[in-house]
Amino acid sequence: MKYMLLIYGNEGEWQALPKSETDQRMAAYRAYTDAMIAAGAMTAGDRLRHSDAATTVRVANGKTNVLNGPYAETREQLGGYYLIDVPDLDAALSWAARCPGASHGAVEVRPIWER
Amino acid sequence: MAQEGDRDARGAAERTARQGYGKLLAFLAHRMRDVTAAEDALAEAFAAALVDWPAGGVPDNPEAWLLTVARRKAIDAQRRRRRGEDAAGHLQLLTDELAADAAGDAQIPDHRLALIFACAHPAIDPAIRAPLILQTVLGFDAATIASAFLVAPAAMSQRLVRAKAKIRQARIPFRVPERTEMQDRIAPVLEAIYATFSEGWSDPAGTETRRRNLADEAIWLGRLLASLLPNEPEALGLLALMLFAEARRCARRNGAGDYVPLAEQDPGLWDERLIDAAETALLQASRMGAIGRYQLEAAVQSAHVVRRRTGSSDWAAIARLYEVLIALTASPVVAINRAIAVAEAEGSKAGLRLLDAAAADARLAEYQPYWAARAELLARIGDIAAAAEAYQLAIGLEADPAIRRFLQQRHNALRAPAVD
Repeated sequence: MKYMLLIYGNEGEWQALPKSETDQRMAAYRAYTDAMIAAGAMTAGDRLRHSDAATTVRVANGKTNVLNGPYAETREQLGGYYLIDVPDLDAALSWAARCPGASHGAVEVRPIWER
Repeated sequence: MAQEGDRDARGAAERTARQGYGKLLAFLAHRMRDVTAAEDALAEAFAAALVDWPAGGVPDNPEAWLLTVARRKAIDAQRRRRRGEDAAGHLQLLTDELAADAAGDAQIPDHRLALIFACAHPAIDPAIRAPLILQTVLGFDAATIASAFLVAPAAMSQRLVRAKAKIRQARIPFRVPERTEMQDRIAPVLEAIYATFSEGWSDPAGTETRRRNLADEAIWLGRLLASLLPNEPEALGLLALMLFAEARRCARRNGAGDYVPLAEQDPGLWDERLIDAAETALLQASRMGAIGRYQLEAAVQSAHVVRRRTGSSDWAAIARLYEVLIALTASPVVAINRAIAVAEAEGSKAGLRLLDAAAADARLAEYQPYWAARAELLARIGDIAAAAEAYQLAIGLEADPAIRRFLQQRHNALRAPAVD
């Protein structure tokens, strides 16, 4: 069963961190990714550019609307994701809890729509 | 004759439904990983029983018969639902699994515990956990549950449907948690059972049969949980707590239907048999050496019921137990109870000091028992004006007419001089 782990965090906070701290967090993410690969749980995963690089598109009445910025202006923004394949929700939740992002932001666990 | 056979069959079906529903549903849901599909299959099997049993007689093992039919219905339904490429593979798996189970029919494995843990999974909305357990383990219909929890039937049904969809879509596992996770995972299960009991408890006169039954059903679930998890002290603690409370049910209202506070209850009206069962469960729990909230609350009850032998509650012990409970739960409600116990053990002024300290929690401003306790203690030290004001607030905040009447009587009796 596939789940997507959506990692939300405060971008401003991240940018304000000293380099030693961001290095340490990046290293934690690398270790986490390696552990998921070793466990055979990892399908895909990426870090996203900050939300000021986001553009939102809507089409209404045949007219395309392009807006600068993310879908929702919230304090915590989607900053990355993992796509994992594990037996059940409990396994997905335990991976989510280990994600470094879960300790400074939040990780949303969403099952992938499967037929 | 035909009518008699009909009655027998109906009776057998009802008995099986009453005793075996949860076990049959848990078994099917566990296999199918889908509570709704399991419910549908089982409902069809019961419908088939009402057609077949009057004609062919009640089978020797009604549960096994129902399970066989439910399996077939489940496979048929699965076949209808799945037409994609993966249908064949999935169907084969289900058929193989169900057939393997059929081979060892003598004993249907009991997956009720796994089902209860799925219903009270942290990923399920806390408010729907207790209703979900009642529906799946006890076979209550949505309308009955809605009326017991004072929710509109349509809303309750919709929430139950959503919760079951979440179990299927997110693949919440049907399994009993490992020892290491048990402490976190058992808490919501105990909470759901206690919430069920409390709903039943809020109708002490038993005037609404449905709510009264809720307390009985919660005790039944508590017994089931304690028997399936014999090494969990808090499961036994909860069972003891519910039995203690249930034992005092008849003493909580007088002949006129008025509220009787614990301190004024006639111990002769308490149910000895239930108290003994509660003491046994509590003792068994305490031997496991892991204290918890429910054991402590049950111990408080135990210290109250010693009054049946000694003539008075052990207030010093109760105050100490509440102190430990506060450390464990940080609950403002517990803080009030502790203040009352200290007032009994050390005097009203000591109790009032603790109430003042508890009032730092803003939630208490709208909590009836806080104002009632305050009023009572103020009256005892002779501060009639302040007591009257506190009673007035307590009366305004109470929803139960019997307790409101009781508070009004206390309020009216204030003029009489009070001595600590």
